Amino acid sequence: MAKLLDKQRYKCALGAMQTVQAITRAIPVLHSGPGCAQKLSDTTGSSGYFSPNIFPCTSINEKDVVFGGVKKLETTIENALKVIDADLYVVLTGCIPEIVGDDTGEVVSRFENAEKPVIYASTAGFKGNNYIGHEQVIDAIIDQYLEKSEEREKGLVNIWADVPYQDLFWLGNIRELEKLISEIGLTPNTIFGYNRGINQINKIPKAEFNLLVSPWVSLSNMKKMEKKLGIPYLHYPTLPIGAFETSKFLREVGKFAGIDQEKVENVINDHENYYYYLIERYADLFLENRVINKQFSVVADAQYALGITKFLANDLGLVPAKQFVVDDTPKQYREAISEEFKKLNYGLEAEAVFETDSYKIHEQIKEHDYHGYPLILGSYYEKELTESLKGNYLNIAWPVQDKVVLDDFYAGYTGGIRLIEDIYTVAVQRFN
Amino acid sequence: MAINLESSNVATRENRIGSITGYIGSLSDLASQSECGTLKGCSRCFSQSSTCLSGCALGQLSAIRDVAIIHHGPAGCSVASAGAYYLDKVMAKKRGVTNDTVYVGTDMNEKDTIFGSTESLRKIILEVNKRYSPKAIFVTSSCATGIIGEDIDSVVDEVRDEIDVPVVAVHCEGFKSRIWATGFDIADHAVLSSIVQPPKEKRNTINFKNFYESARPEIMEMFREFDLEPVFLYCNSTVEELSHISESLATTCICGTLGNYLGNALEEKYGVPYVRSINQCGITGFETWLREIGKVTGRSEKIEKYIEEQRAIYLPQIEEIKKELKGLRAVIGMGPGYTFEVSRVLNELGIEVVWALAWHYDKKYENGDVPPSMKYLLDNDIDFEASVADQQNFEVMNILHKYQPDLYLSRHPGSTVWAIKNGTPAVYVADEYMIFGYKHTLEFARTILDATRNRSFEQNLAKRVKLPYTNWWYEQNVDKFLEGGSASKRMEA
Repeated sequence: MAKLLDKQRYKCALGAMQTVQAITRAIPVLHSGPGCAQKLSDTTGSSGYFSPNIFPCTSINEKDVVFGGVKKLETTIENALKVIDADLYVVLTGCIPEIVGDDTGEVVSRFENAEKPVIYASTAGFKGNNYIGHEQVIDAIIDQYLEKSEEREKGLVNIWADVPYQDLFWLGNIRELEKLISEIGLTPNTIFGYNRGINQINKIPKAEFNLLVSPWVSLSNMKKMEKKLGIPYLHYPTLPIGAFETSKFLREVGKFAGIDQEKVENVINDHENYYYYLIERYADLFLENRVINKQFSVVADAQYALGITKFLANDLGLVPAKQFVVDDTPKQYREAISEEFKKLNYGLEAEAVFETDSYKIHEQIKEHDYHGYPLILGSYYEKELTESLKGNYLNIAWPVQDKVVLDDFYAGYTGGIRLIEDIYTVAVQRFN
Repeated sequence: MAINLESSNVATRENRIGSITGYIGSLSDLASQSECGTLKGCSRCFSQSSTCLSGCALGQLSAIRDVAIIHHGPAGCSVASAGAYYLDKVMAKKRGVTNDTVYVGTDMNEKDTIFGSTESLRKIILEVNKRYSPKAIFVTSSCATGIIGEDIDSVVDEVRDEIDVPVVAVHCEGFKSRIWATGFDIADHAVLSSIVQPPKEKRNTINFKNFYESARPEIMEMFREFDLEPVFLYCNSTVEELSHISESLATTCICGTLGNYLGNALEEKYGVPYVRSINQCGITGFETWLREIGKVTGRSEKIEKYIEEQRAIYLPQIEEIKKELKGLRAVIGMGPGYTFEVSRVLNELGIEVVWALAWHYDKKYENGDVPPSMKYLLDNDIDFEASVADQQNFEVMNILHKYQPDLYLSRHPGSTVWAIKNGTPAVYVADEYMIFGYKHTLEFARTILDATRNRSFEQNLAKRVKLPYTNWWYEQNVDKFLEGGSASKRMEA
């Protein structure tokens, strides 16, 4: 049911065009109104090989609403194949064709024998937000493109994480997860970012297992792959940030993959030594600055709300106030995620509030006693609020205006250090 | 035109003033065909994504201070609220005021498309009013609500009794028009029908329709010399200010596409003269505009004196830099409110326009005349190859590839990068005051010189990237996918 979406923090399902955009040489072909792509795009690394200006689009007009846009869709796909040099064409439907009943699947099926693969995903804006749209695109790849493989490549692991572009740090995070997985002797396979495209998609069926690092996004994709492609999966719900969680993550992945424990411990040890070399040298800054207090709130999607809460509690010894999960997490996942928020050191438990109405979030932040200046990690909407509370604010979630990220990341040991750098870069700008 | 402020609907530019989005030929052909009424726009059987009119409409309205926008539709439609929030905050801060405008969505889902959601919408409007006490509330539709026939007019009528500020239905279905500038008209219509009051007294003010008021301080200073006070619209406008714009001495605008509806409507309804000259870009543009202001407000003498003083300062400097710009060839791609104005300035600076693209073309302005910028070019025998293409990047790239100009000038997000990937230096004429008056014309000329002198960035990038189009496309004529219409077909590009 329609609801008051005050200071919105997600897009609609068609926002999944950014998921396609993150796959090198894959192009979204939009069956939508003329301006959807421009609206749904941000200038956060969007002018790559394909940008929204390049995306073919049927640009539905009033006539198509009345008579249907099927013919226009056909010529758009047909000519996109001629004009645009891509490896994969993903037709995405917007609201209009789905309401007026255009049979997009049928039109796409006419291109079964095209030189390049053409698939489609149902991403009408009213079907859900861009987290759901992201899942729809991956589903489309599984359903319409991938085939089960009898052959398995030893140690090959597909890694899946949160939503490209919606997640400011998607590129750096996934590269860092790949790096960590390689260090314990596995071979990572991912489909997003530099040099990751159709070849990596083709390798998916040969993997020994899927590794999902996300509280809920893509869990349904993992199940689909398990069923269709026979690939088991390991679901690790917390984005590992900092030493505590990353070591735990490596142990769990190592165990699942049957890797020699000593090998994993050696990798962990090397990382922790360097990590604590840095922390030791900066511990005085953490302890003796006058503006970072113990209590904090994160206002972000489930991934960052959970990942950062665990990091700040388990690595830096802070104490979570309420944590706000703003991605409209489907109801069936909420309980498990809430439980994760309760698994903190020393029996600490964080209260996770699933809320999409930012007015209510801001009211709760204003009401809470942070025992001093609040530390708020959130989207741009929290800037003015935190300033009014004289707190410290870091922009880590969409919408982002206070930070430019090319390939920075918060995942892993190094990511934890980066997050500390960002928090204390804010802190050192004031004295008290 | 007859403006009907009783209806909440505005006819599209296509229907109202015969605007088109597809044409390839030359400027003189385009103009003569529009003058004799034979011009018919082409459609494309292949197109790329462009812009939604709701972005233009609500971008305008959400810039007004302390109002509420309620965008009834799925979350993607209201996604512009994030950018609007940022802009409102930083623009208000720059001006030293506060802006508590809220822009919310209704996150419409599949059930709503089947059963409707007018009751939820009604509650949302009341809740937004309770939370923020806005000075006006704009309730807007989307493609989805438009198609399912959600009756937002009735909802708005119902809640009016419970809310003591203007509540307005704004019809912004994106499929309605391929000309996103229709969105500007929709915003103007909403302001005119709900906020603007009939005049009670005349004021010394001039309505100045613009986008982001970057030149506000200097224009205020200049107008002070003429004993005039500009009222900038709508960025940082208050509802109170807007209620008085019918009392101004005149209306002017920085961009004909932007200000056309408001200017004509204020003239028609309240007798506020609309200054219809070429715009303020370049020397001739600036002087023509100033003289028109002088004529309309009875300040010609002061204005002639100002022109004389400023000429003495800037003209020698502009003449000097022209020597260095000589021989440059440019391609230009902008909205029609700028393409034909900037073409004039380039000609003034001695830069050859080899091709001009306008994202749409208004055959006639609301008063039935050919746009003044166009008329000026024709009267002065300035002609070049021209096309109308609503941000169709593949057409731009085809043209850049064939002509390899020294310079590409554009005004829309995401457009310049494609020129530099082609190895062509690009100047982003985003700020509407970038070529305003003598001073900025000089700065503009210097920027062009800097951009064409150091081509390192574009050369570095162009060497390393592959363009997204097939060789096949580069071998085609640019009009390959145009159908119907009256484009003068070009056999060779």
